[in-house]
Amino acid sequence: MRIAITSQGNSLESILDQRFGHCKYFVIVDMQTGAIEIIPNPYSEAEEQAGTLAVKLLSSKNVNKIISGEFGIKVKPLLDSLNIQMIMYKKPNIPIGKVIEMLNHNN
Amino acid sequence: MNISSLFLYRTIAHNMARLKIPRKITNPPIVKGFKPYGPDIDSKKRESIILNFEEYEAFRMCDYDMYNHYQASVLMNVSRPTFTRIYASARMKISKAFVEGRQIEFEGGKVYFDSDWYQCNSCGCHFNNPEISISIQNCPLCGSSEVERHTEESLGDMPRNSEDDLCICPECGFTKEHHYGVPCRNEKCPTCNSPLIRKYH
Ligand SMILES: [Zn+2]
Ligand SMILES: [Zn+2]
Repeated sequence: MRIAITSQGNSLESILDQRFGHCKYFVIVDMQTGAIEIIPNPYSEAEEQAGTLAVKLLSSKNVNKIISGEFGIKVKPLLDSLNIQMIMYKKPNIPIGKVIEMLNHNN
Repeated sequence: MNISSLFLYRTIAHNMARLKIPRKITNPPIVKGFKPYGPDIDSKKRESIILNFEEYEAFRMCDYDMYNHYQASVLMNVSRPTFTRIYASARMKISKAFVEGRQIEFEGGKVYFDSDWYQCNSCGCHFNNPEISISIQNCPLCGSSEVERHTEESLGDMPRNSEDDLCICPECGFTKEHHYGVPCRNEKCPTCNSPLIRKYH
């Protein structure tokens, strides 16, 4: 199980980015191994198609779930068709580390 | 249930404009097809007309739900020329079945099915269920079993962001992606020069 979390920065203290396509970084957590990979989102400044391109990127990283604040209307059917679960967490100022903690409790 | 987080969530929801949410993209037909009847009908001798889901959906949106072509194309997530083509094909097939007394069979087309959405009453997150065959027991984020499936009404309360909103021309239906921070009315339609308006999703 690999879970991507949208992040405003490149550390576990960074705050969950409420935007999906235009977020700054993706934090990808491998729940089996505990490995954490942080990659900058190349489409964070993209004028158009940021969401679609970000979906392609994450699907190439074999992500099964994505945690963000919101997913756009173009992204939702795309993720549905790829069987990637969307989790929208809208509480403000949540550090990435806290999200990972919640996921670990869940196991 | 965590009352304070729920309260926070509700406060945010109420501060956002109440926007009308599009209907589900696909409502599959409730029957498998239609059969004509009458003394001169031998449906075994005539080939059935196959109507795929895209055609069914286009026909339903325009002729049953009374959306215009532009609105229906946005709801189906296809370009307007594509929509027009699908709709024309649906009308042609239905009229052929009607006039020639043929059966109509519904078949799958290239349409994405919307998955069901849930809310976790413990952490307040919203999530979908991409595996329709497996039912949801626990929150994928915090693991709580206090999860609840969304109804159409509760979806209307969900705060929405503007990332994928569109600017549309009220005159001709021209549409482009909304750019954050740029008021739509400052942009002009390239075909008819009208100021654009915001189209929420
Ligand atoms: Zn939860
Ligand atoms: Zn126009």
